[in-house]
Order: sequence, then C-alpha cells, then structure tokens
Amino acid sequence: MRPQPVLGLVLRQFYLMRGSPTRVLPMFAWVTIDIVLWGFITRWLNSVGTPRLDFVPVLLGAVLLWDFFSRVMQGVTTAFFEDLWSRNFLNIFASPLSINEYLAGLVLTAVATSLVSLLAMLLLAGAAFGLSYFVYRLLLVPFLLVLFLFGIALGILASAMVLRFGPASEWLVWPMPALLSPFAGVFYPLSTLPAWMQAVGRLLPPSYVFEGMRQILAGQRPPPGGLALALLLALLQIVLAGLCFAAVHRHAVRSGLLARYSAESAS
Amino acid sequence: MPSAPATQTAAAPGPALEVRGLCKRYGAVRAVDGISFGLAPNEIVGLLGPNGAGKTTTINMILGVLQPDAGTIRVDGVDLARQRRRALARTNFAAVYAPLPGNLTVEQNLRFFALLYGVRRPGERIEALLRQFDLERFRRSKCGVLSSGEQTRVCLAKALLNEPRLLLLDEPTASLDPATAQDLRRGIRDMARRDGRAILWTSHNMYEVEEVCDRVLLMSRGRVLLQGDPRVLPRQHGAASLEELFISAAREPLAFQEPQR
Repeated sequence: MRPQPVLGLVLRQFYLMRGSPTRVLPMFAWVTIDIVLWGFITRWLNSVGTPRLDFVPVLLGAVLLWDFFSRVMQGVTTAFFEDLWSRNFLNIFASPLSINEYLAGLVLTAVATSLVSLLAMLLLAGAAFGLSYFVYRLLLVPFLLVLFLFGIALGILASAMVLRFGPASEWLVWPMPALLSPFAGVFYPLSTLPAWMQAVGRLLPPSYVFEGMRQILAGQRPPPGGLALALLLALLQIVLAGLCFAAVHRHAVRSGLLARYSAESAS
Repeated sequence: MPSAPATQTAAAPGPALEVRGLCKRYGAVRAVDGISFGLAPNEIVGLLGPNGAGKTTTINMILGVLQPDAGTIRVDGVDLARQRRRALARTNFAAVYAPLPGNLTVEQNLRFFALLYGVRRPGERIEALLRQFDLERFRRSKCGVLSSGEQTRVCLAKALLNEPRLLLLDEPTASLDPATAQDLRRGIRDMARRDGRAILWTSHNMYEVEEVCDRVLLMSRGRVLLQGDPRVLPRQHGAASLEELFISAAREPLAFQEPQR
C-alpha cells in the first residue's frame, strides 16, 4: 500500500472541512445535543432514584460510547459520500488507486474526525455533568478500541451498500447505528432481550463493551475473554467488510454500474 | 495554451495502446463487438461514431472502470487486466461527464489527484500545469464556480498530472468557444508531438478531427467500420467531407463493413 494516495484522501477531507462549517459543525453538534439531553435525564434520574445507583456513568457513559461508535462509522461513510456527492467515482476509480488504499484513506479520515468528536464529548460530559472516566478504569481504552474498529467495519459495509444500490441508498446508512442499538444492549443487559436478539447481540462487538461497562459499575470485573472476543470479532468484521466492498466494486466494474452510477442500475 | 517544458523521456518502443478483440455486452445489446486497434506514441487517433456507437464504452474499458467480456487492453505494454495499477499509472483522461469536484479549488483538486497518481514533486508539476493552461489566477477558485471552458482546462491539467503515455480525451472542446478550442487543439497536438504521448480523442466536430487527428476510427454499433487518415478517408469512400462520410456510415453501417485490423 502506497502512503501518498492515502494521504491524498485525508488531505482532500481536510480541504473540504477547512472551507465548510456545515461539515465541521456536525462533528460537535449532534454529540453535544446527545450529551446535554442525556446529561439532564441522568441528573433527574439521580434526583428521584435510589442514592446507591449513579445514572451518570451508566446512561451518560453509554451514550458517550455509542455516539463515539456512530461518529467513527459516519466518518468513514461521509468521506465516501464526498465522492458520491461530487460525482467523482469515475475520476477516483480510473486512477491507479487500489481499493485497499481507498479504504485506508476513508479510515484515516474517520480517525481524525471521530477523535475530535470524542474530545468534545469527554470535555462536555466531564465538565457539565461530572462524568468521571476513571470509573471505567483502564478498560476505557479497549472499550474505545472495540467501538472504533466496529465503527470502521460498519462504515465500510455501509459504503459498499451505497456503491451497490446507488445514491438513494444513502438514506439507509444514517439510521444504521439506531437500528443496531437495541441489539447491542447499550442501556440494558443482553439478558433482558429475547433469545434471538441476544444471539444477534453476541455478534456485535459493542455488546461486550456495554456488558463490561455495566459489570465495572456494579463493582465486578469483566471477564477478559469477552473483550478479547469483541476485538477479534471487530477485526474479522473489518476484513469481511473490506472483502465485501472489493466484491461490490468488482461487480460494479463488471456490470457497468460504476460507469453508469447515477442510473443506479447497469441495465 | 503556452508550451511547457518536456519532462518525459523519449518514447519507449512499442505501441502506447493495444486493444485486441474487445467485447462488451449489456444484456442482448453488443455495446462493443470485437474491436481491435492500436495507438503509436505521438499519435492522435480520433474515435468517431454516432451516439451509442460504443465510443464511451470503449473508453471506460480502457480506463479500467468497465470490465470487458472478452479481449485485452495493453497500455504501454502493460496488461490492464493483470496489472491494473501499472497500466492506469500510464493513463489519464478528461471527459465532459467527469468534472473535477466543484467544492475544491483548482489547486486543491490538482494536489489531490497528484497524490492519487503518485506524482513525484507534485508542487512543481502543479505549478507547471497552472502556467501551461493559464490557470494561475484561478488557483484558489472553486472548480464549481469556473466557466465550462475554464473547467475543461482544469480537467486537462489533471489529465496531464502524471505525464501519461496514453491520454483519453472525450469531447474535450465540447464546451469551448471556437478561439479557445483552436488554442487547445494546437496545444494538445504540440504536446503529443513533443512528449511522445498517444491521444485517443472523441469528438462530433469533424472539422476539429481533421485538424488534430493523424488517424480516425469510425465506429458504429460497437464495431470499427472504417479507419484511416481523416484527410484522405472521405475521398477513398466517395464522400465530399469527413462529415458526409460520418453521416453515411452512421445511417448505413452495413455498406462500410471493413475487415478489422
């Protein structure tokens, strides 16, 4: 993999963000709204609930982690959408850029944008609502890593879907995190769910993060095997998502979809 | 369009482009039906034909964004199917249906594509192209606000970033006024001669084709019907002009069947 084209994609995103407040604002705006909304909900729940249970790390912490995952995924898809919105696929895919380099460029872009969002959330949740990250101990690092990797996998998969089904399928991408959240047990233990939903949840790496988070807050030690499995799952899903994107690209080149992308069909 | 100093070494031996038995079907439609042709270094070849003849399908296959059902494409001796990256590093294109992102400035677009093509010393190359295409005053203008003629010049600058051995130009002067179009044709012709670049040029302007192209391939219904010198070919087929020959071939392609080279 050559670094130059990967940096080119990151540089393109930097150019776009530098000149566009509408691209920069969503990095802060939605996560800020979520933190503020859930911050006040947890404050109210703490005032009416039992003093032994602090809702701030349970609910606000979960919102923060889930928003981080969402921002990573949207970091990948938004970078991909830039080529969609500017009808740039022909210029991109007629260049010597490999699919691996293209995906690496999207991922690096997502790293930069999601870290900015994470920093904004950590500062706001800590300063305004007293969320202390020390309650998660050192496990906050693997928690974030698992969510980051799964966000990358889902972002690549969503991009493949849009490449396959055309520009209108972009509207299916935005609600994807909301669609997955009931299965991932963001706010409740997986055991709350019916068996088939638990089975789906166990395939989602974030479910191990939120189970682990709740175990820490309950004073227990999360089993290390759970997080290790989540990491392996997330890595495997990145590989599968990359293979899926490459297969969709091959199909688009073979069928003529790439050359006639705006038609949303090769026939 | 002022000339730029030549930066490419003398042309390597062998054709810049070899197309053999290229086929592409869309369902029952044979968009391209077993065409073969080649381009020598320094040669400008016009790819002509009525709408739907298969010109853009052919170009898309040479650009690697459309996979042929059969046939081979070799750019500068490199097989596109087997060594896609190496073949595309030797190729570039400009087409009216593939404008550069309008939300980036001219300079940002050129830098972005220079990195994608792995251009060495991109800053120097970009400055040379901005001068060559008289784009220096637009360097900080977003491409989307430029006139269509200015956008065409930016696309051409992008198409030359990697000093391609093979340049594909799909109706490059379609949106230009006659004076600008003439300047551009002269500039491109000079460049092809000077730098050993092969150019495949599509156009519906037969006057332009006669002025620029060393050879033309006249396509219809996915096949190459005729090929030859655009200044000689009409007489050989009893037509008064290239335009008249084009119209005859488009309306009665069966009358012009010729063994493919």
